[in-house]
Amino acid sequence: MSDHELRVSKIRDGTVIDHVEGGQALNVLAILGIDGSGGFGVSVGMNVPSDRLGRKDIVKVEDRELSQSEVDVLSLIAPEATINIVRDFEVVEKNRVTRPDGVTGVLSCPNRNCITNAGEPVETRFDVVADGVRCDYCATILRADIADHIDV
Amino acid sequence: MRQDHLITATQLSRDDIEAVLDRARAVADDPAAYADRHAGRVLALCFFEPSTRTRMSFDSAAKRLGMNTIGMGDVDSSSVSKGESLSDTVRVIEGYADALVLRHPSEGAATLAGERVDVPVVNAGDGAGQHPSQTLLDLHTIREDHGLDDLTIGIMGDLKYGRTVHSLAAALTEFDANQHFISPDSLRLPRSVRFDLHETGAQIREHDELEPVLGELDVLYVTRIQKERFPDENEYHRVAGEYRIDAETLEAAADDLTVMHPLPRVDEIAPDVDETDHARYFEQAHNGIPVRMALLDTLLENADPDGDEGTEVDR
Ligand SMILES: [Zn+2]
Repeated sequence: MSDHELRVSKIRDGTVIDHVEGGQALNVLAILGIDGSGGFGVSVGMNVPSDRLGRKDIVKVEDRELSQSEVDVLSLIAPEATINIVRDFEVVEKNRVTRPDGVTGVLSCPNRNCITNAGEPVETRFDVVADGVRCDYCATILRADIADHIDV
Repeated sequence: MRQDHLITATQLSRDDIEAVLDRARAVADDPAAYADRHAGRVLALCFFEPSTRTRMSFDSAAKRLGMNTIGMGDVDSSSVSKGESLSDTVRVIEGYADALVLRHPSEGAATLAGERVDVPVVNAGDGAGQHPSQTLLDLHTIREDHGLDDLTIGIMGDLKYGRTVHSLAAALTEFDANQHFISPDSLRLPRSVRFDLHETGAQIREHDELEPVLGELDVLYVTRIQKERFPDENEYHRVAGEYRIDAETLEAAADDLTVMHPLPRVDEIAPDVDETDHARYFEQAHNGIPVRMALLDTLLENADPDGDEGTEVDR
């Protein structure tokens, strides 16, 4: 067994999220709401050498395929990610993520004085702009620190 | 203007703005023609933050359209302190009124209120966010003096927290305006406002002193620098002192420079400026009446296009 296979073993059915920026794997799991309690197998490789990214993270989730809204949010913290759908050990689909127009209910607004942080019964809503996301309520722009505001 | 609510100045097109200002001019020319226009309708003044002049301005504007107004009384004694959500409060008040004017300390409050109710909502200030009805009266004042195109304006003071500044700067991008922003480094325009200005390709420049640009300006818009923005009182006095103007400062200005201020002022404009031909801040405040009348008239008409507002001449 090679080094690489030791780190992240192959899965029979499920999703492999590859080319995640180094250090973001746990945020990817947070976005997907995966904490291990669901019972499916999860393997995570962190800071794996990568030609494209230098160091990358890789997340494998068995028996689970991602929904479009999950992929949308993923694209914000892992814009280079590829999503491989695996069935019977074969990659049957390979997709790059694309940036969505907006994100609802996943991020919290970094502006403490925003009405979405005032205990109102409201879901946050962010527009995706050139280099970040923007609160639909208070217009605050969130850039590099998106992962710090994932609210799941 | 085909809008249901007035939440932010960024929602307004040039046509929207000009339509309201044209109507404001018509109102100012013949107020009697509007006196009963919305008789029997009720405007709710929902002020979750102390305000005298904006509330009175809307109150007066509504009454001059024949409307009645209702308010929330003292904010501390209302349900706000009992922890009712804004979402619930506006849903309840929606049943009492034909339109809502909202001032609230949180940014985005008016956006949320607009999503919760079907009657028109006017944002009369949301935290450090926006204050678009102030902008309409500011634009009306500028338009009457200089017109809105080929305009060079200096906006000075607290540009970071000044919601009137955020709204005005956004609206001016609809016109051919050169905008100069003059402030201490710590109170420069927030990132989100600058982002919008750059998106529109607006011509803006930022300065830390008034003197180098004063001579070019058609309009100088002064805002208050508040003590609570500074951790240290000495620092406040030092900084605020640099952005104060008096009659002597204005000797270097063009003869037809218009000096504006959203009021209340403390000492950023010395009283001796009041006596110069530059001072326009009291007229500016007075313009709130025809402009808010025009705004309410427009929004109520949009909300009820078949209403008996005297436009159905042919039927
Ligand atoms: Zn926000």
